[in-house]
Amino acid sequence: MAKTKERTKKEPLMHVAKRSDLPGWQAMLIRTGVVLGGLIFIILLSSGVLKQGPITLLTYIFAGTFGSGDNFLVLLRDSMLLLMIALAITPAFKMKFWNIGAEGQVLISGFACMATMWYLGGKIPDGGLIVLMFIFSILAGVIWSVIPAIFKSVFNTNETLFTLMMNYLAIQVVKFFIKFWVPTGSGIIPTNPYGNLPNLGAGDKDYWFSIIFAIAVLAFMFVYLKYSKHGYELTVVGESERTAKYIGINVKKVIIRTLLVGGVICGIVGFLLVGGINHSITENTVAGRGFTAVLVSWLAQFNPIIMIFVAFLVTFINKGMVWVMQSIGVTNAYFSNVVIGILFLIIIAGEFIIRYRVTFKGMKPRLKKSQAGKRTPEIGLH
Amino acid sequence: MNNASAIELRGISKTFGSIKANQNVDLDIRRGEILSILGENGSGKTTLMNMIAGIYYPDEGKILIDGKEVTITSPKDAFKYKIGMIHQHFKLVDVFTAAENITLGMRDEKGVYNIKKINQKVLEMSKKYGFIIDPKKRIHEMSVSEKQTVEIFKVLFRGADILILDEPTAVLTPQEIRKLFDVLRKMREDGKSIVIITHKLNEVMEISDRVAVLRKGEHIATVNTSDTNEKELTEMMVGKKVDLNIERKDPVDPQPRLEIRNLTVLNKDGIKAINDISFDINGGEILGIAGIAGNGQKELLESIAGLVKKESGDIIFHNPKKNKPVTFFHKDLKKIKAMAAEGKFHYPNGERVDLKGKSNKEIVKLVNDEQILFYEDEIIDIKNKKPREIQELGIKLSFVPEDRLTMGLVGNMSIVDNMLLRSYRKGKSVFLNRKRPKDLADTIIRDLEVATPDDMTPVRRLSGGNVQKVLVGREISSSPKVLMAAYPVRGLDINSSYLIYNLLNKQKEKNVAVVFVGEDLDVLLALCDRILVLSGGIITGILEGKTAKKDEVGLLMLGNRTKETAEIADNKKSEEEVNG
Repeated sequence: MAKTKERTKKEPLMHVAKRSDLPGWQAMLIRTGVVLGGLIFIILLSSGVLKQGPITLLTYIFAGTFGSGDNFLVLLRDSMLLLMIALAITPAFKMKFWNIGAEGQVLISGFACMATMWYLGGKIPDGGLIVLMFIFSILAGVIWSVIPAIFKSVFNTNETLFTLMMNYLAIQVVKFFIKFWVPTGSGIIPTNPYGNLPNLGAGDKDYWFSIIFAIAVLAFMFVYLKYSKHGYELTVVGESERTAKYIGINVKKVIIRTLLVGGVICGIVGFLLVGGINHSITENTVAGRGFTAVLVSWLAQFNPIIMIFVAFLVTFINKGMVWVMQSIGVTNAYFSNVVIGILFLIIIAGEFIIRYRVTFKGMKPRLKKSQAGKRTPEIGLH
Repeated sequence: MNNASAIELRGISKTFGSIKANQNVDLDIRRGEILSILGENGSGKTTLMNMIAGIYYPDEGKILIDGKEVTITSPKDAFKYKIGMIHQHFKLVDVFTAAENITLGMRDEKGVYNIKKINQKVLEMSKKYGFIIDPKKRIHEMSVSEKQTVEIFKVLFRGADILILDEPTAVLTPQEIRKLFDVLRKMREDGKSIVIITHKLNEVMEISDRVAVLRKGEHIATVNTSDTNEKELTEMMVGKKVDLNIERKDPVDPQPRLEIRNLTVLNKDGIKAINDISFDINGGEILGIAGIAGNGQKELLESIAGLVKKESGDIIFHNPKKNKPVTFFHKDLKKIKAMAAEGKFHYPNGERVDLKGKSNKEIVKLVNDEQILFYEDEIIDIKNKKPREIQELGIKLSFVPEDRLTMGLVGNMSIVDNMLLRSYRKGKSVFLNRKRPKDLADTIIRDLEVATPDDMTPVRRLSGGNVQKVLVGREISSSPKVLMAAYPVRGLDINSSYLIYNLLNKQKEKNVAVVFVGEDLDVLLALCDRILVLSGGIITGILEGKTAKKDEVGLLMLGNRTKETAEIADNKKSEEEVNG
């Protein structure tokens, strides 16, 4: 019988097929390309909207980030804070516990730190005060993080909603106490004179503490996830709870323990933000970092090392765009937020190219090894 | 049977990623015939049929129906050409009745949904083909076989002339299979084309007119069933000669290893999945557990493994070979001498104690120095033990669920890390030690011929058979005392299956108590020393493997109901429907 290799006559317009054969370096190359392409796109977009030349915009972006020594240190510090929060939620994410409550966990830690300064400042020596600030920050972070974990493991409550609600709760607690501590006037807590962290190195604020802590947390988390028994257990729980039970892992214990670790790190960030950087608190002290960290963790695919670059990139764009806005005299940050949002959408869309191959109608003969696959592939980041 | 082709496939190819599921397949399906598509798992049988049924779209090649080239891009298209497929996993709405499911998405000529008319039609049709179905029964009250009937009805109702059945017998008892085959034959007489996807040779021989053999996505040959035999088909299917004999040695001195007494286990819904059963699992023998899926097999094994709570009853474990020194338990030297002569005692170095030529004084000294040891089973009640403690006693469960990966293995982890699942707790260090798991992974890859690029490959990338080798290999490597293997050959090709049977046999020779839960009755009968049949959570029989008959097991699987009584009961019901 003659073997025919003709194409079928009425072909669907396009095939989407999952691909598994992309080597790691190629995927990295695509990612880098997507990020660069996205950057070029948003600069061109901004240039059109803001009526500024793209080169001018680039100059502003770099001035705002690498410009002066201080700007660069702020960039570094903020990247590190973001990195730490991303690292804090990563073990939970690996466990498929969708903790989006880092915002609240950091804020409540900062609040605990502030309360310690408020009530004990001047009454005990600064050294002791700093130690207490540190301890109470961590304690608060742990409490805020472990409560949803307990509810999840005992009552199987939805952790996403629960941690989200805990964010609002934290904000309300802070709002209440600001009013309580400073009942009249602007409702701003004056910078507390006690318990200042010692100054390390250059710059008039304590950038270095954030950087040092971040490196320590990074090293810890890298080892914890990859080489420790705890890290192994939480990965198994995340991959398959049934398997975890089957081999005798106490799933409840692992959930609570993992969130506890995350809470400690959030506590450290809260301490750094309030005890170190601001020495005061508003309900906006964390400034959305807890949510941005979710994105950082996901984009880095829970890899601590890649997270460094992602956190840096995110902060770079953020700071750069803020500087652009200030330089051209726009006082609100809405446009820069829009631009950042677009960039992330582009990056996430790039993941689709890495995971799926799209073949259009006419492309078949050229791609001999082309793969047409299921009609409805699952689309998503992972 | 006329020889006109209903469907012709020409040069069909289909690839998924780097896997070529089908390659340049030419195949004819004729009117009024039963065609078997035979092939091992992963040979592309289902993919090929899915392309006819509109689930997939071929990359290359064309499909001709009655000589005309057609494009089938959806199951709806397929129905347009009177093609209907009955999938392995039923697609039915549980809370609907049979009739409701059958007409789902359909209207009568006037566009009116008329359930009475439909019920009537269902009954007419069931008489025509000899089906037994109650149109008003809800799906969740049905047995697997009944659900399958509804699926077939669904397809017939939409006017299908070409029926494709994907592994229709996998979940049926021998009696149900016979019933199904009768129905299929009647359909053939009615001029319908039937395609059965299967990997069971005996069924191919029994039912089909022609057999199309697929291997690794390629069409090897289509032969008339009357011109071939099982051996030839196997060779076509596997690509080489295979020896399909399972060696069954007589068990050596089987002693109870696990005593299960009055065990009752509830399932998730609080219904008794295991209802007050008692039996022994012996060391050095393979105990087969037969039963229709969902009759308590899973709950039984999981309760032994400590994974589900036991409602009541006891599970006693005889932990063998615990060294104990001989004492003067009877103050009787003569008895000690006699037992030593029987070879019951050994020295601490494992050497057999021979007391011949030794003076009484010497013997007394040896006994007092605790130099003469004997083995004694340690009796442990494992009823309230945790899964981990039970595992540490050497009671291992390797359960291969339908999707293979939800228990026992983590798909996204490497083979090495999957080895680690069992052993990572060892040692006080907070860090993992991957050295020994890596050695173990490499040993298993080598000994069991696991096809994998390396030991760091995520398990989910391996083919089904290799996944199972990794799972079973790991459980066996831990030198278990009780090995419970549930569906260990599920979805494996013939060679791998026999490799697993041999592994189980070797464990049996090592005096391990092996429990084998299987789907294929022929294998159960060939491999097991005893066969326990579960039906509705109770034991309906324990048979000797050597003498048990397939039909006998089948009847027990159906519970107390024999085929005849079941039919009578169903017929009565159907008649009532007609009259009422």
